[in-house]
Amino acid sequence: MAEIAGPVTQAASAGHEAHPHRDIQGAKMGMWLFLLTELLLFAGLFLIYSVYRYFHTAAFHKAGLETHTLLGTVNTMVLLTSSLTMVLSIAAIQRGKKWLCVTFLSTTILAGFVFLGIKYVEWTSEIAKGIYPGSPVLLARSNGEILFFGLYYTMTGLHGIHVIAGMIVLAFMLVLVLRDKINQQDYIKLENAGLYWHLVDIIWIFLFPLFYLIN
Amino acid sequence: MHEQQSHQSGEQAHEEMISYGTYILVWLALIALTCITAVVAGINLAAFTLAVALVIALTKASLVVNIFMHIKFEDKIFKVFLGIAGFTIFVIFTLTFADVFFRR
Repeated sequence: MAEIAGPVTQAASAGHEAHPHRDIQGAKMGMWLFLLTELLLFAGLFLIYSVYRYFHTAAFHKAGLETHTLLGTVNTMVLLTSSLTMVLSIAAIQRGKKWLCVTFLSTTILAGFVFLGIKYVEWTSEIAKGIYPGSPVLLARSNGEILFFGLYYTMTGLHGIHVIAGMIVLAFMLVLVLRDKINQQDYIKLENAGLYWHLVDIIWIFLFPLFYLIN
Repeated sequence: MHEQQSHQSGEQAHEEMISYGTYILVWLALIALTCITAVVAGINLAAFTLAVALVIALTKASLVVNIFMHIKFEDKIFKVFLGIAGFTIFVIFTLTFADVFFRR
């Protein structure tokens, strides 16, 4: 074992000194595989939503009228804009503009806070009306409406957790950019963090019409 | 091939760069589509309301995936990954609804 490992390790370390080997394609591929598992997780929830909507069309329509279309629309724009600042931060680091990257990345994290703030206002107003999972007000309603709001809290809640996770990851990336660990030559971590942020945006793109655009 | 080599050597600096302007245009398109879908939801299109909303959502998602997530500029294998995942989801939905539609 040692005889084989010896020269290989030596060659690898020699290569490391010449030019640090980073498998960028491999890193991206790994990230994409992870994103696809996330996609399938949410696809399962969308499947449940579509089946129950098919069985309880009228109740879903009635319940859908009670969600805040305006807040949902504003939040969609907030997330889309945060996706823009995300790609702009990568474009900036590609051009070696560290502080522009820092500015765009901070804006992205800030947009995450705005999104969650609006989500807080929205959920607070629903809960104030007595609509939350297992509430007496909700349980007095039809099965379809109970299912709609159950899915509403589950799906937007799970999405919200993803937004928080994304913000934590982006905060780490911000530190790495500030410490020059992410730079013009090596920004794959920022790219992968960006991919995660965009995935969270894409999931919202589908949640939006299904929960907020029923008129 | 050239792209492959630049990846192998660990240099990211030579990757294809997309202009700030392109990103801003895509963002404008996404915002416009959001406005359209919000306005269209108010118009009664009966059975088509959901279909229109989903087509707009798919268009927005494909803009994000292709441009913001760079899939358009990646190697073919990434498109294969995404295609397989998309096909899997399609099969799951089709088989489920093949059951649901004929259950009652």
